[in-house]
Amino acid sequence: MSPALLLPGLILPLVAAPVSFLLGRRALPWLPWLVALMVAGCLCGLAAPLLSEGELFLHLGNWEPPLGLRWRFDGLVWGMIAATTLVCLAVAVYADGYVPNRGRRGRWLGFWPVLFFLWGALNSLFLAGDIFNIYVTLELVSLAAVALVTLDGRPQALAAGMRYLLLALVGSLCYLLGIALLYASFGVLDAALLAERLQPGMTASLAMALLGVGLFLKTALFPVHGWLPAAHGEAPAPASALLSSLVVMGSLYVLLRLWLELFGAVLTPGLRQFVAVLGAAAVLWGSWLAMCQRRLKLVVAYSTVAQLGYPLLMVPLLETSGAAAAWSGGFYLLLSHALAKASMFLVAGVLLHAQGHDRIFQSRGFAGRYPMSVFAFGLAALTLLALPPSGGFIGKWLLLEASFGSGQWWWGLVLLLGGLLAAGYVFRVLVPIFGDAGHRHLEAVPLRMELAALSLAVGSVVLGLVAGAPVRALQAVVLP
Amino acid sequence: MSGLSFALAGAVLFALALHAVFARHHLLRKIIACNVAASGVFMILVGMSSGGSDGRADAVPQALVLTGIVISVSLTAFLLSLLRRLASGGGAARLPEDER
Repeated sequence: MSPALLLPGLILPLVAAPVSFLLGRRALPWLPWLVALMVAGCLCGLAAPLLSEGELFLHLGNWEPPLGLRWRFDGLVWGMIAATTLVCLAVAVYADGYVPNRGRRGRWLGFWPVLFFLWGALNSLFLAGDIFNIYVTLELVSLAAVALVTLDGRPQALAAGMRYLLLALVGSLCYLLGIALLYASFGVLDAALLAERLQPGMTASLAMALLGVGLFLKTALFPVHGWLPAAHGEAPAPASALLSSLVVMGSLYVLLRLWLELFGAVLTPGLRQFVAVLGAAAVLWGSWLAMCQRRLKLVVAYSTVAQLGYPLLMVPLLETSGAAAAWSGGFYLLLSHALAKASMFLVAGVLLHAQGHDRIFQSRGFAGRYPMSVFAFGLAALTLLALPPSGGFIGKWLLLEASFGSGQWWWGLVLLLGGLLAAGYVFRVLVPIFGDAGHRHLEAVPLRMELAALSLAVGSVVLGLVAGAPVRALQAVVLP
Repeated sequence: MSGLSFALAGAVLFALALHAVFARHHLLRKIIACNVAASGVFMILVGMSSGGSDGRADAVPQALVLTGIVISVSLTAFLLSLLRRLASGGGAARLPEDER
């Protein structure tokens, strides 16, 4: 049996979505575990063939490209799907104990079908091997993401979801226009074939700009990050965790992969520096805004804006001697950020659950009552601060090595400064919550919520402890 | 030649509608503008597909347009239901930053 036949197992969550819709309460808590185990089984089965062959393809319906669609599976996709599975499972366990603000459990049951839908859509996004299939799966991801934002139906959440969906729609239309230009000039949609046929020129530059604008909008990269904090801050905590870790990771992954693999020749050195300047601006401006917030969820949301800037810094470094380090460092940072950020939003949800609001300076004594959650927050913060032994440290170390090794030391300074600013907003949160509780009443929180947050935070640290094999696997991916 | 004129008209439609998405305040107008923008992109795709060297149309862009229409219709339905919830919840059919 060809190992590629295991690939359809990875989009099982799409099947689970209608099942959980029909079963409702009865699908809990076993269905998320079952799906996660099956996906993890497929990933384990695919690991060995992946190591020997490097890249697997599945031709859907046995149609060959250029007409047929195919799925592409390599080490990077493996990592993305593994992180998605881990986060989705932890969030599903967490959400079982979570009661949304108004306590309407009936509507909250709508969460699980959307969760499965998002999970399946992300996995198929990572597998998609042609640019039109990526468009379709990006739309599926956006639909699920907006549904998550608006789930609890408060007017602020509806407005944030509306703004998000309109901008996502504009973004995907720009992306579609880019596809139209590429198909008109080069006649294929398959990414690998397109990379061979693409000729630098006016059309290629315009298409690259259109794809870039579309994906910048969807990822909320500087300077079009304005919608993200409202949307991620208004969503229920488990939904914010999914949005801020996985949804943005998906579109940033597509942006980096398409730009670097298809348009390597179009990206001139000047253009590469410009992209990294946008990334650096995101890091500095996002961190600064995170430091100015008074609500924990907004601090975490603005820190997402900042952290998404780091992977862009690898773009100019890929033309230098440090290409392999920059490539693996950028994506390793993205993966560790997904685990850490999900954990931080889950802790923010515990805080909201315990005291009914998430205003930082009125959260005294939270650490005394919920040491496990605060420990999880601290562990996850290691990745944002890039302190050893976290996954974020490994990613940043690789990027630093590439930046100083290639003489482009200014990006190294941005990396270091970003870490310092992150320390600023993390300690600004930690200082009040370690304060004295006094006579404040804090509600009890189900243990599984705290455990879910802790397991993701531990995951982001484990990524730092066992970095050798994953980093080698990322570097084995064909470098653009 | 008609293919090119379709594509040009589509580009003009796309640009006009993109302007409207950001310049108009009423959400229903924004949603309609998104639909017009989508139609503009579809016209560009259809315009490209007509008139190959042998006079036959290329089927791939048409399949793309068909898929695009399905996606656009479902997104519009979602936008409209959000709009209804937003308006019936006491709010106006505008985003907070567009009030006044």
